[in-house]
Amino acid sequence: MFITNTEEIHGKNITICKGVVSGSTVRAKHAGRDIMASIKNIFGGELAGYTELLSESRDEAMSRMKQQAKQMGANAIVNVRFSTSSVAAGAAEIYVYGTAVVVE
Amino acid sequence: MEFIIFICLLTTGYFFGSWAEKKHYKSIVEREQLYLYLPTTSSKKPLGKLAPVKESKLVTGSVVVSVDYFKRVLAGLRSFFGGNIASYETLVDRARREAILRMKESCPSATQLINLRIETSSIAKGAKQQIGSVEVLAYGTAIYCHKTKG
Repeated sequence: MFITNTEEIHGKNITICKGVVSGSTVRAKHAGRDIMASIKNIFGGELAGYTELLSESRDEAMSRMKQQAKQMGANAIVNVRFSTSSVAAGAAEIYVYGTAVVVE
Repeated sequence: MEFIIFICLLTTGYFFGSWAEKKHYKSIVEREQLYLYLPTTSSKKPLGKLAPVKESKLVTGSVVVSVDYFKRVLAGLRSFFGGNIASYETLVDRARREAILRMKESCPSATQLINLRIETSSIAKGAKQQIGSVEVLAYGTAIYCHKTKG
């Protein structure tokens, strides 16, 4: 599966456009991580627990998007965009969307 | 008693915070020097004369950085009087540069990184204790060219 956030895939030709695919996720860490983060907050610096949370939810959203593209019979996704929102405190909400296409 | 705790938090925040920030900036500058060979652009097409593209793929990098207690208090005071909140400016600057660096580190053999987008998310927003942190997600397309320069 080729995934890019440009409008075309450089070096390949897009033959069929299949439509928009998307994936979203809302993930939270357990309370221990939240407590650790608020302690770390006194000293400043990177909150490793939340960085992990962010990359986990990104991967989850991406895999859902890929699944959808596969069902549509596409072999690439172009023009991918990430979007974030805030539904609940201490949770990461990531929405990723793109256009599923067939390339050769 | 509460005042003593407050002073303790303020001093630990000040010393650890400024130490962490200096260390972080040093490592950012070092790694930026190291990755100068991999240019990043926010334009949609690769810039300059390049060999035919062999492969392109999506790369991402993310980081969550928080500000220390001392600076948060300072920022609170500052927002009363108005003006630049310098302590938060360095925070977002650090976070964005770190996210871009992590993105570059995930594809060290690429020729160029195009269509860079930066997204700021909020994990801790709306929490009872307002956490002064920033969550940055950088993403772009890494392109790999054939060896021969055209």
